[in-house]
Order: sequence, then C-alpha cells, then structure tokens
Amino acid sequence: MTLLAAANGISLPGTDDPINVSQTVGFALLAALMIWAAIRVVTTRNVVHAAVWLVVVLAGAAAQFILLAAEFVGVTQVMVYIGAVIVLILFGVMLTQAKLGNDPNLSRRNWYGGAVVAVVLFGLLAFATIDTFEDAKLPEDRRMALPAAEVGDGEVPRTESNTGAVSDAVFGAYLLPLEVLGVLLTAALVGAIAVARKD
Amino acid sequence: MTPAQVLALDPLLIDVDWGVVGIVVLKVVVAFTLLLVSVLFMVWFERKAVSDLQNRIGPNRAGPFGLFQTIADGLKFFMKEDSIPDRADRRVFVLAPYLAAVPAFLVFAVVPIGGDFSDGNRGVIRIFGHDTLMQVADPPVGILFVLAMSGIAVYGIMLAGWSSGSKYPLLGSVRASAQMVSYEAALGLSVAAVVLFSETLSTNGIVAAQVPWGWNLWATGLVPFVIFLIAATAELNRPPFDLVEAEQELVGGFNTEYASFRFALFFLAEFMNVVTMSAIIVTLFLGGPAGPVLVGPGWMWGTIWFTVKLLGFLFLFVWFRATLPRFRYDQLMVLGWKVLIPLALGWFLLLAGLKVADGADWNPIAVVAVAAVGLLAGYGLLASALWAARRNRELEGEVSI
Repeated sequence: MTLLAAANGISLPGTDDPINVSQTVGFALLAALMIWAAIRVVTTRNVVHAAVWLVVVLAGAAAQFILLAAEFVGVTQVMVYIGAVIVLILFGVMLTQAKLGNDPNLSRRNWYGGAVVAVVLFGLLAFATIDTFEDAKLPEDRRMALPAAEVGDGEVPRTESNTGAVSDAVFGAYLLPLEVLGVLLTAALVGAIAVARKD
Repeated sequence: MTPAQVLALDPLLIDVDWGVVGIVVLKVVVAFTLLLVSVLFMVWFERKAVSDLQNRIGPNRAGPFGLFQTIADGLKFFMKEDSIPDRADRRVFVLAPYLAAVPAFLVFAVVPIGGDFSDGNRGVIRIFGHDTLMQVADPPVGILFVLAMSGIAVYGIMLAGWSSGSKYPLLGSVRASAQMVSYEAALGLSVAAVVLFSETLSTNGIVAAQVPWGWNLWATGLVPFVIFLIAATAELNRPPFDLVEAEQELVGGFNTEYASFRFALFFLAEFMNVVTMSAIIVTLFLGGPAGPVLVGPGWMWGTIWFTVKLLGFLFLFVWFRATLPRFRYDQLMVLGWKVLIPLALGWFLLLAGLKVADGADWNPIAVVAVAAVGLLAGYGLLASALWAARRNRELEGEVSI
C-alpha cells in the first residue's frame, strides 16, 4: 500500500480478482470518445459548438462513473455539470456573442502555454492515480465500503448503499473540507458580483 | 478460469436467462407504447377540456368525440416539407429536437406505474417465473435521475433557439433557459424534503414509504407539494409560465423555424413531459400506485390507483392553462428567486430540524419555535437587503420595480 492510500485509510481492492474485460472495453470506448470530444472542444471555431462538445466530455465522465458502479456520483455529475454549469455557460454565451458559423478569432496565439499546463496536469494526475492504486482491480462486489478508519469498534460497516456511504464520508471524515469548500464558493460568488456590479 | 470468464461475456448465449431478457424487453416496449398512447390521449384531452372550459366544442370530426384528431395531426406532420432555414446551424438544428424528446422518454423509465403495495409488499409482481417491479428500472438514485433528465431537457430548447439563426427563437430559448434553471432549484429543494421523509432516493422506495395513507403530501406539510407543483408547471413551460412560446411577443418561441417531423418531436416532448411530470408528482407526494385493494388481484389495483391519481393532475394542468393568465417576465423571476427558493429552503430546514428533534427526543414545540425565530430572522435580513437594493436603485433614478 502506498503512502497516499495509507494516509487516507482507503482499503484497496484485491489484486487477485480476474480482470473484467467487458468493463475495460467499455472504459476504452468511452475514453476514446471523451478524448475526441475534448480535442474538438479546443479545435472547433464556434463557442456554442465548443460548449456542446464539452457536454459530451462531461457525459462521458458520468458514464465512466456509472461503469464503476458509482451511480450517485454519475448522476450528480450530470445534474451539476451538464444540467447547471454548461447551461449557465451557454446562457452567458447566448446573451453576449452567440454568432452562428465560424469565428476565426477564437484561437489565441499563446495556446502553447495552455498545452504545457494540460500536459503537466495530466502527468500529476496520472502519477497520483497510478501511485495510489498500483495494479489494484475493482472488486466483483461493487458496493463501496467505508474506509476502515471510519468504522468504530463493534460497529458493523454500512455497505448497503453507495449513496449512504458517500454521504457518511462527506459528512463524516471530510466534513471540514466540505464546509471550507462551501465558504470558498460563496466567497467566489460574492466576489464575482462585486466585480460585475461596480455601482 | 473458463474462457467465458476471460472474455467476461457469453458469445454463445448459453448462460443467458431468456425470461429476464424477455421481461426487460417487454417492460421497455410497454412503457414506450404506454407513453406514446397517453400523449395521443393527452393532446385530445387537453383540446377537449379547454374547449369545454371555454364554451366551445373542440375537435369532433375525426373518430368518435374527435378521438383520432391527434393521429390525423400527427400524420399531417409527417407529410409536410422538412425545411431547414438557410442561416441555421444545420447539425445543431437537427440534433436539438432529439435532445428534447429523448430525456422526456427516459424519465418515464423510473416511474412505478403499478404493483401491489398493500400489506408490506413492495410492488413486486411475478411474470415468466421472475419477480420484478412495474417500472422499467429502479436505480438506487431514481429521483436524482429524474432531476438530471430535466436538466438535460433544457439543451433541446436552448440549442433549438440558437441554431435557428433567427432572433425570436433565440429570445424564446434565452427566456426558457433562464426560467428552467431558476425553477429547477425550487424543484430540487422540494424533492429534498420528500427524500428526507422517505429516507431513500429510489422511486420504488419513496412509494413504499407512503403506504397506504402516509402520503408525503401531508407528511411534509403541503408546502413542498405546492412548491413542486408551481415549479413543475414552470419547468414544463406551461401556462401561466409559457413565456417561452408567448405567441404575441415571440411569434412561436424557440420552435418557430421548425417544421414537419422535427416540430412533431418538440410537440411530443412537451406533452410527454406533462404526463411524466404528473406521474412524478403522484409518485413523490400521493403514494404512486399505493392504495387499498378492494376486490381482485393486488397488482391491478396499483395500476388503477396510479391512473386515477395521474388523471387528476393531467386535468389540473389543463385547468391551469384554461384559467390563469400569463406571468410577466419580472414577476416570474421574483416568484422563482425571492419567494419559492427561500420558502422551500426554510421549510426544508424546519423539516430537518424536526427530524433531528425526533431522533434526539427534544421538545418538538420548542424546536418549531426556535426554527421559526431563526427563519424569521433570516427572512428579515433577506427582506432588508432587497429593500436596500430597491432604495439604492430609486436614489440613482433608475426605474423602480
């Protein structure tokens, strides 16, 4: 078990289980679709098309979650990102500059900088993921178990529902980060209003 | 390890239980057909009921009581010329109707439409030697799936308006997206109140938690139901919230440039959403198919109760349409943001407080009193902030609202 996993008390699934081939194939297909859509987001010359391609990427992420039997996270992904964030982006675009057809000024000259940041981010995330999970495989019983540290003595771990396990983790072990995130988002909102309305 | 395990599939279909496959296929086909037929019926019912309410006769030529009028209209749509405007964004223009229609179909998959919920049964029926539920799927996050689909449905309207390359559809779709996003918050908060009482997100579990008369309608104190009903009407873009297709201002709204089959898809999606949203209201607040079994098999009574409750809400939506005048746009936004969302949030906090008090053996009256003081203080702060903002605008000589 690696450092990160040990620190968080994540119980890694077994490495002896057989590989679930159909799941892996599904992952590969979805990943290919997501990569293609992500490339289209940055190469298309129309803002609305870019937003729609971004929806495809986010829907692919939701599908990956469902493939991992994390249906709560998958549906939340659809509700929050597709149902709210991109809708607001599209709304903003339509109110300001929703041109039909291609916009030649959409690509900036310094896009190389963005590419470098993307590669560095990919490297970091890939390293963290591989370092944490190594060659662990998904257990056949996909119900999420609570981290071992969460379960007190003589307490039976609650594994009957993924949603319950997620909420126990969010409102138990990760309550403080959650609250801090809430304050941060509120601060961002207030800041945005203060910037937008100078009167 | 067998080859089947390595491939993790069964290419010769040896281990497949055809009974299970048959049930799934049957359920999908039945749900699909049922929804389409109910839309045909709903369009006829709406035209007939509005006619009666307005002292007119309504469709009465095609078939008995004009029942086949919708089929005739549908056939007419298919015969019409399929036109795409010159300035339209072709691919998005073609995509948009499907983005509106497909989520409308999918929502119906998680609605329990029958089954015996009496005597501790959980709506399980037995066909082909297998136990199953009278709904296409019962995912553990069923009710969130409904909210997610209503979030996706916005795209059809938004992209249709934008891709038409015409200003009235664009205005209609901007209105629609603002309206739907605003009322989704109130909708979600009233669903949260229901989930608080049912302690589950699965639609089957929500129905089972209300057996037989412990409906969430009164368990949650009526307020979430009223908020849900108003927010649902706004989500459906139906009168009095039909600013999206206000004919007098916007020609026809987001679907002005659509013709033929594509227009029929929008029309279909709109009426399907009415049916499914009524079914969701029945599921969330009126116990879905749960009801007393009088005579005969239990599963039949589930469907009968469900249909009766559903028809009530279908008529309610038609009644709204025939009775209520359209909102002004600023009134719509005031109602959504300044009335419904604070009310839904406050009521949710009150219910959560009572729930905690119930678990911890606190005095419920004291809890309600403390909660009322806290909520009043919150409302006072909100009202004073609104008052200050209005005063500022007046001082600067802007138009006061």
